[in-house]
Amino acid sequence: MAEPLPAWSLPSDAAERIGLPHSWPERVTREWAWAGATGAGVRLCILDSGVQVDHPRVGPVQRSVAVRLDGDETIVEPDAEGDVAGHGTACAGIVRAFAPECELVSVRVLGVGYTGSGPVLLEGLRWAVEQGFDVINMSLSTTKQKFTALLHELADDAYFRRTMLVASAHNMPVESYPWRFASVISVGSHDQADPFTFFYNPAPPVEFFARGVSVEVPWAGGATFTCTGNSFATPHISGLAALVLSKHPELTPFQLKSVLYLTATNVGDEQ
Amino acid sequence: MSDELRAAIAAGVLGAEEQYRALLQSVVDVARAIFAAKASSIFLLDETNDELVFEAVAGEGSGTLVGRRLPSSTGVAGWVLVTHQPLVLENVAEDPRFGREAAESTGFVPKALMAVPLLYEERALGVLEVLDRHQEAPFTLAEMELLGQFANQAAIALDLLQRARRAQATLEGGGELAGLARVATALEGNEAGLRLLSALEDVLRRSD
Repeated sequence: MAEPLPAWSLPSDAAERIGLPHSWPERVTREWAWAGATGAGVRLCILDSGVQVDHPRVGPVQRSVAVRLDGDETIVEPDAEGDVAGHGTACAGIVRAFAPECELVSVRVLGVGYTGSGPVLLEGLRWAVEQGFDVINMSLSTTKQKFTALLHELADDAYFRRTMLVASAHNMPVESYPWRFASVISVGSHDQADPFTFFYNPAPPVEFFARGVSVEVPWAGGATFTCTGNSFATPHISGLAALVLSKHPELTPFQLKSVLYLTATNVGDEQ
Repeated sequence: MSDELRAAIAAGVLGAEEQYRALLQSVVDVARAIFAAKASSIFLLDETNDELVFEAVAGEGSGTLVGRRLPSSTGVAGWVLVTHQPLVLENVAEDPRFGREAAESTGFVPKALMAVPLLYEERALGVLEVLDRHQEAPFTLAEMELLGQFANQAAIALDLLQRARRAQATLEGGGELAGLARVATALEGNEAGLRLLSALEDVLRRSD
């Protein structure tokens, strides 16, 4: 391991030490971005209601943890309860359909009651960022201002640690987070049927639109439901991100976002 | 304190709870009519007990569900409340686990369910559900928008109901504040009293 560079400056003799051998093609295409990728090597976290581990459309779940409250303390522990709402299983199923070989880890932040859900959500995200996942799928948001600063720190922390946070946008007129932060990918819904159709939004804060209307998903209990909502669009982008990162593991979050931009259905010649 | 006092006086004068209840009922009635649905309901978050409580129901379950309680962070309604995300489930296949949960939370097993959080300023107040909408055509983004608009209306009504309840509790309490509120309510009932209140307010503003 080479001696670390000073944090804030780059001496002239150090420039050669940060040479990056990867180059992008003249034109970034879907073929280059993810053709042949399976998600292998990518670790993806579903921060949600838990995931049913034996659902045939979810496949193997490498690890399941739950965050619970003990007085004022938050504790992360192995989760034996599975999915307490059904939604986490749906997200896992959508991701799995894109990236059959990615590693899936469930972090359950539901089930502790509404009152404790803010601290539990933050602790779940903090834990997931510390674990260094490549992608964290978050189909949830908070409106509480007191959590916003901490959430912002965690989102930026994830960004610099090469963890891509993919968060559902809000379609109601309230201020909610983390989807509004620039360090995450925020996702809204379009109503087309093709799972690989996604759009870059030139007028953020919502940056991408993915399939979110009448999506067939696995649900806890073994069933399959047809679902609508931004929370189902989000795992489409997480799944795509897993594919891209399994083929190009060197990509940082801003590069990954650029690849998604360049391969979006409405951008460039492919539109 | 002063907000509570103001709310207490308003409630004392208006006797608001019943009117806000009627407003909530009209929201679920209209939601049910617009979506041609079998039922629609509003759950209020009871923060003291950390549970969701049926406050208004239209259609199926309207006679039996009001007052029933659900966990605040499990099941579909709990997920919607905690995540602040609306969702729509359709073609809900026969599934014993979902069927049981649905029956407990709706009074019957629906084929389709729309649920949206009721958000007001920073707070999540509850959840609005619409069950078994008219399903000739697939669900659209426009319907999702419509559901969100109803949720805004319901959230405002729910906020008013909660304020009225807090105010009622204040008025019925035996504390200093309740005494003050009763005095203020009585004074507000006649012109001389109003002038006195207004003069007091003026004095207080100057002394700030």
